[in-house]
Amino acid sequence: MIIEIGAFALCLALVLSLAQTGLSGSARLRRSQPLAAAGEGAAIAGFLALAVAFAALMHAFVVSDFSVANVAANSHTAKPLLYRVAGTWGSHEGSMLLWCLALAGYGAGVAAFGRGLPAGLRALTLATQGALGVLFLAYTVFASNPMARLAQPPVEGRSLNPLLQDPALAVHPPFLYAGYVGMSVVFSLAVAALIEGRVDAAWARWVRPWTLAAWSMLTIGITLGAFWAYYELGWGGWWFWDPVENASFMPWLVATALLHSSIVTEKRGAIAGWTVFLALAAFTFSMLGAFLVRSGVLTSVHAFAVDPTRGVLLLAILGVASGAAFALFVWRAPALTPGGVFAPISRESSLVLNNVLLAAATATVLLGTLYPLIREAVSGEAISVGPPYFTLTFVPLMGALLLLLPAGPLLAWKRGDAAGVLQRLWAAALIALATGLAAFALVDPRHAFGAIGVAAGAWLIAGAGAELAERVRAFRVPAAESLRRLVRLPRGAWGMTLAHAGLGVFVLGACFETSWKAEAAQALPIGGSLDVGAYHLVLEDVRAVEGPNYLAERGRIRATRGERLVCEAAPERRFFLTGGQTTSEVAICQRGASHLYLVLGERRASASGASVWLVRAYWNPWASLIFFGPVIMALGGLVSLSDRRLRLAVGRRAEAAS
Amino acid sequence: MSWLPKSPKARRRLTLVAAIAPVLALAAGLTLWGLRDTISFFYTPSQAHAAKPAAGRAIQLGGLVTAGSVVKHPDGRVEFTVSDHEASDRVTFHGDLPDLFREGQGIVAVGAFRADGVFEAKQVLAKHDERYMPREVAKALKEQGEWRGDAGQARK
Repeated sequence: MIIEIGAFALCLALVLSLAQTGLSGSARLRRSQPLAAAGEGAAIAGFLALAVAFAALMHAFVVSDFSVANVAANSHTAKPLLYRVAGTWGSHEGSMLLWCLALAGYGAGVAAFGRGLPAGLRALTLATQGALGVLFLAYTVFASNPMARLAQPPVEGRSLNPLLQDPALAVHPPFLYAGYVGMSVVFSLAVAALIEGRVDAAWARWVRPWTLAAWSMLTIGITLGAFWAYYELGWGGWWFWDPVENASFMPWLVATALLHSSIVTEKRGAIAGWTVFLALAAFTFSMLGAFLVRSGVLTSVHAFAVDPTRGVLLLAILGVASGAAFALFVWRAPALTPGGVFAPISRESSLVLNNVLLAAATATVLLGTLYPLIREAVSGEAISVGPPYFTLTFVPLMGALLLLLPAGPLLAWKRGDAAGVLQRLWAAALIALATGLAAFALVDPRHAFGAIGVAAGAWLIAGAGAELAERVRAFRVPAAESLRRLVRLPRGAWGMTLAHAGLGVFVLGACFETSWKAEAAQALPIGGSLDVGAYHLVLEDVRAVEGPNYLAERGRIRATRGERLVCEAAPERRFFLTGGQTTSEVAICQRGASHLYLVLGERRASASGASVWLVRAYWNPWASLIFFGPVIMALGGLVSLSDRRLRLAVGRRAEAAS
Repeated sequence: MSWLPKSPKARRRLTLVAAIAPVLALAAGLTLWGLRDTISFFYTPSQAHAAKPAAGRAIQLGGLVTAGSVVKHPDGRVEFTVSDHEASDRVTFHGDLPDLFREGQGIVAVGAFRADGVFEAKQVLAKHDERYMPREVAKALKEQGEWRGDAGQARK
C-alpha cells in the first residue's frame, strides 16, 4: 500500500512540475502576481510529493518489501539497516529518484528563498527548473520506475553489491547529487537571464550562493568517492582518471571556474556572457556525467550493470535541455551589454586567466574521457586513455594555475600593481622555496618532481597566509589593530582564504604521496614478515570471524619500526554469502598524516602444503592531507556561503572589495 | 606603448587574446602529443596475434580466463590463460587478483608482452559487479559469434 502511495506521489510530482512550468511561464508573460505565487506553490508541492515518494521507497527498503522489483534486485534482509537505507539510492532507479528529489528541492528552495529576485527573473527561473523536472520525472516514471512491483515476489533479495556496503559510499551519492543537481539552479537562472536579456551584477550575486552551495557539496561528494576508492578497493590509490571519476570531476572544474567568473560579473559587470556560458555548461556537464555513468558507453573500473536504452534516453534529455539552452545563448548573448574595462594586470585579468586555465583543463579531461568513443567511431579500434595522458595534459595546466593563484587575490580591481604584489609575496615565495629544497634534500629517495609539488603546496598555503596578512595589515599597524581587522573580516574573505589554503594542503598531500609512496607484496605464512618503507610487518595469525551478512578471515599484523611497536592492524577478507563476492577490508594505521595501508589477500597453499596469505602493504606518506585538503576547501565554500552580503537584498551595492 | 590600440575595449580584447592564446596552444599541443603517445590499445588474444604489438609497448589484453588455467604460486605470482576461443595468451601477474577474478570470467589485463610472448600484467581488472562484462570483451566475443547470452547483464 505504501509503495502505491509512493508511485502516486511520483506521478503527482510530474504533473506538478508541468504545472510549475506552465504557471510560472504564463506568470512572466502576463506579469501576474497570483499566477507566480501559484507556480511557487507548485514547486514546493512538487518537492513534498517527491519527498513522499522517496520516503515510500526508503520504507520498502527498510522493511525489505521484495514485491518491489527494485528492492528485490538490490536489498537483502541480512543487510545492516544503514545499507538498507542507502540501498534506496544504490540502484539506478533509486538514484534517479534521488536526482529528481534534489532537482525539486532546489526548485522549492528558489521558490521559498527567492523573494529578493526580481519577479520576472524568479518566475522564469522556476519555469525552467520545472521544465528540467518534467524531463527527469518523465524519464523516472516511464523508463525507470523505482516503484514497479513484481508479479511473483522472491523470498530473498539479490542484495546490494558488497563493495557498496560501506559508510562513505552510503553518504557519497546524496552529496554528489546535491552538487550535480545544485548546478540546475544556476542553469535555470542563466536561462531566465537570457530570456530577460539582462545579466548584471545583481544577477551574478544571485548565482554566487547557489554555485557555492553546489560546489561545496560536489567537493565533499567527490572526496568521499575518492576516499571510498582508496580504502575499499584495496589498490592503494585514490584517483585513477577513470571515466566515472572524470564525469564527476568535470562539473567540479566548470563550477570552480563559474565561482570565479561570477565574482568578476558581480563586482565589475564584466565577462557576463562568459559567466552565463559557464552557468549553462556546469549543469550540462552534470547531465553528461549522469549519462556517462548510467549508459556504460565507456569502460570504467567503477562500472556497474548498465542499460544502453536508458543511456539513449538520458542522452536525449541532455540534448534537449542543453541544446535549447545553448541555442538561446547563441541567440541572446550578443545582446548582453559589455561591462567595465580593465587593464592587463588587474584582479579581473587574473580571474580571466584562472577561467581560461580551468576551461582548458576541463577540455583536456573531456577529450581524454571521450576519445575512446571518438576513436572507435572513426576507426573501429578499441583503445583506452589512461593516467599518463591526464598527467601530461592536466598537470601542466594546473601547475600554471597554482603558480599564479596567490597573486590573484592581492591584485587590485581595474588596474593592479604587479611589482607591489610580488613584493608582498616574497615571504611566501621564500617559504615555498625553503620547503621544496628541504623536501628535496631530506626525503629519501630524492625526487625532484615531488619536491616541486611540495613547494607548490607550500606556496599556496603561504600565499593564502600572505593574503590574510595583507587584509589585516599585519606588521604595519599595531597588533591590536590587526586583530580588530581580523575579527571584522567578512566571511567571504575567510572562505576564499580557507579554500585556497585547502587546495594547498591537497597539493601537498597528493604530490608527497604520489612521489614517495612505497609498496610491498608477499605471500606470508603465520609468523612470516615483510618490510615496507621503514616498517617491519609480521603476520601473527589469521582467524575466521562472522559478520552480519558475511564470513571473513581477519589477519593480525604487527607493525614495528626499529624496536618500537607501531600498531596492531586487523585487515579482513570478507566473503559475502549472497552473490558469492569477496571484498578486502583494508586496515589503515594512522602515523601522523601518513598511512600504513595493509591488505590481507587470498589464502594459498605453499609448496610444503601450509597455508600462506598474500599480504600487500603500502606506505602512503601524507595521505590524510589528500582528503583533508578538499574538506577545508568545502568548509571555505560553506563559510563564504554564510557571508551576510550574500543574504542581503539584491540591489544594495556590496561594501567596497577590501 | 603606442602600438597598443587606442580604444579601451579593443585593448581589453587584445589582453584577453594574449592571455588565452598561449594557454590554448599549450593545451592543444599537450593533448595531441598525449593522444598519440600515451593511449593504449585494447586487443583480444587473436587481435594481438594479428597486430603483433612490440614487446614492452603498453596495451590491454582482454578475454575470458580459461577454466583450469589459473596457477597460483606461493610467492604471490599468478599465471593464467586469457582466450577468445580463437587464440590464447599466457598472462603472468604478481600481486593480489581483484576480488571478482574467476575462471571463465571476462577480464582486462593491463601491461605488455615480454619478448618470449608471455603477457606481463601490471594490473588485472575485473569489474565491481559480477553481472558486468568489460565492454570491449563483450563486443569482441559478439563479433566472433562466441557470445553466450547476456541474460544476467541486460537488466538490473
